[in-house]
Amino acid sequence: MAIVQSKSQRWRKLAAHLFLLTLCAAVVFPFLVVLSVSLRPGNFASGSLIPQTLSLEHWRYVLGLPYAGPDGRLLEPDLPVLRWLWNSIKVATISGLVTLLFSTTAAYALARMRFAGRRALLTALMLMQMFPAVLALVAIYAIFDRLGSVAPWLGLNTHASLVLAYSGGIAMHVWTLKGYYDTLPQEVEEAARVDGASVWQTFWRVLLPMALPILAVVFLLAFIGAIIEYPVASVLLTQQDQLTLAVGAKLFVHEHNFHWGDFAAAAILSGLPITAVFLLAQRWLIAGLAAGGVKG
Amino acid sequence: MSVALLLRLLLPAAVLGLLYALMGVYASGQTLLAAMLLAVGALAIWTYSSPRTGALRYLFPGVAAALVFVVFPMLYTFGLGFSNYSARNLLDFERARAYLLEERIREQGSEREFSLHREGDGLRLLLTGAAGELLTPRFRPDAEHPQDLPLVAAGETLAAPLAMAERVALLPALRALRLRDAAGQVYTLSSLRELAQSRPLYVEAADGALTDQLSGTRYQPDAGEGFYTSASGEQLQPGYRVNVGWRHYARVFTEPRFRAPFLSVFVWTAVFAGMTVLLTTALGLLLAVLLNWESLEARAAYRLVLFLPYAVPGFISILVFKGLFNQNLGEINLILHGLFGVRPAWFSDPLLAKCMLLIVNLWLGFPYMMVLCTGMIKAIPADLYEASAVAGAGPWANFKLITMPLILKPLTPLLISAFAFNFNNFVLISLLTGGRPDQLDTSLPAGTTDILVSYTWRIAFQDSGQQFGLASAISTLIFLIVAAITLVQMRMTRLDQDHKR
Repeated sequence: MAIVQSKSQRWRKLAAHLFLLTLCAAVVFPFLVVLSVSLRPGNFASGSLIPQTLSLEHWRYVLGLPYAGPDGRLLEPDLPVLRWLWNSIKVATISGLVTLLFSTTAAYALARMRFAGRRALLTALMLMQMFPAVLALVAIYAIFDRLGSVAPWLGLNTHASLVLAYSGGIAMHVWTLKGYYDTLPQEVEEAARVDGASVWQTFWRVLLPMALPILAVVFLLAFIGAIIEYPVASVLLTQQDQLTLAVGAKLFVHEHNFHWGDFAAAAILSGLPITAVFLLAQRWLIAGLAAGGVKG
Repeated sequence: MSVALLLRLLLPAAVLGLLYALMGVYASGQTLLAAMLLAVGALAIWTYSSPRTGALRYLFPGVAAALVFVVFPMLYTFGLGFSNYSARNLLDFERARAYLLEERIREQGSEREFSLHREGDGLRLLLTGAAGELLTPRFRPDAEHPQDLPLVAAGETLAAPLAMAERVALLPALRALRLRDAAGQVYTLSSLRELAQSRPLYVEAADGALTDQLSGTRYQPDAGEGFYTSASGEQLQPGYRVNVGWRHYARVFTEPRFRAPFLSVFVWTAVFAGMTVLLTTALGLLLAVLLNWESLEARAAYRLVLFLPYAVPGFISILVFKGLFNQNLGEINLILHGLFGVRPAWFSDPLLAKCMLLIVNLWLGFPYMMVLCTGMIKAIPADLYEASAVAGAGPWANFKLITMPLILKPLTPLLISAFAFNFNNFVLISLLTGGRPDQLDTSLPAGTTDILVSYTWRIAFQDSGQQFGLASAISTLIFLIVAAITLVQMRMTRLDQDHKR
């Protein structure tokens, strides 16, 4: 009996490995193709996975350098990838900081203070997450269109409008932060209050320094969220040099304008750092949530 | 205490700033915006000046931002759903009326040639002709803002006239000029060489109707349709925004050529979301079970690689797939052609396009399910499996009798949120197929792979004349559907918690 089981076990293991390897291949295949295409001359996907001739033309393209076209003439890149990347980073950094500011303070009140409507507010924040901004795109467009007629620096096609539109998305972060604050011992803050610290000082000098890791995580998550956000940005931004990367990238693989190689280089250039940051933040987040779960 | 002092000092400045901004916004006719600004601003000032607003001081910025930029747009969407807001009815009534009253007709035979002369850092315009020369004061060319200038009899010596090439460059600024002579006649640019007298095209009667001065037709404002309309039904452009009640909803549910595509989009949305959840959960659960199998080697490596699709930004991987699936140039068809000699038309065949969407969404979505299920399987007490091993149960029995029943309950609410998420998975549809290929014989363009949100986006922003009102009405319907899903989910979560207790 034992021998039979071990034999079937071996077969099962082999099958499992085969299945997992196939799946890993399917996961890795697109990445390998993109890497290969970015190094291959021309924008057409022919040739083997390992390029026979290496060419840096696509990398020159995304870095905004003149590159040699098919006929050997030097061409100027027509899509400003670095500009888009900079726009994305700018918008994401500012909106990450705004989100952090808004959600740390709100979470502090929800974690440490007792006031009427606290439960209801927490539930409302939870509910808000169920309704994505994509349902209100028309209204968002109309609001910023009107804002722009009063204050042009807040209107359509401005980065300020995008930051403002993102600033309301604090629900998830408030919950994350509140969960973390709940795990920190209140006694430290109570001691500070006894020593004469004001509520604000307790928050700013005592609680925030203890919560530094989770602040970093929330900032990173808000940052990534803003970088990869597409629907709102696609509605608010239309001028080519104002686009964020998420909106601009699709111009590469347009039906009639298939910049496959250039897109591949742009995808690696921008995707690699974002992925790395995400993997980092994700690990911290899971650790933070696990810690938050201890108290229940 | 220094913070309190600072706040007290800033208060008068904040009040003044708010009032100033309010005046500007209100004066420009944005009543709704002004009301919102007043409410938020007043609340902010009260919050930070009153000594009795403990928690609110900390809640205010975040909650206000969420209310203004998340909740308000939702409510505003409901409101727009009852309006005819669209490219043809973009302006409010006052602005449409002002626009029409600005329209002018040229008096035949009143054309007069002109010349431009530089003076200092500005220009002067000289009207020539038999009736005597007329001259403007100095002005700065400005294409953005209309300028009204008086015309006076000329008698001064002027610099040499500008050459034609320079005049061409100034055309946009010249178009914005309105010159008025002593008799009150208004001259505007009629060609590169000439100005001509003009008068308003429409004259407003006491009852608000506009009369066309050329044809004599009367256009009555129609508050039901949002157009100035003549007796024969002719409408003046631009129209204006009015409330149209339930019209959009009636259209969605009763107009056959609209209802049919709407229904098919709705069905595909549900199928897409349902299939996605089913496929990703099946694969994710299978992987979670496999990777939880302790005698399997290299589990950490597998887990890392299989997590990758979740970590890469969606807009990048979706566009990568758009390239990979390209019919003639994509790698996937290259391989299929090499192996089987076929080149499927992933983007122009409706069924294949749907399959492609599901394949790509499976690739994107299974790691999340894998992580979820792994966590839940880890939470199952190990002694259950030990007991089943003692009883001689196989892996299938383990899965069916222990794993599945124990994770199904906590998993269900998460599956419902995944369904709701994919129900509104605008990014995937928009970036991969854009809803195409299109359906035939529809009153508004609708795609075979469009889901409700991408269909709405199309109506509002792409190829259907920016019908914001109609799009908002459909958004409201989606909102109701999502609310229903959320209710079910909350019920499920509560059941789960009750069960735990």
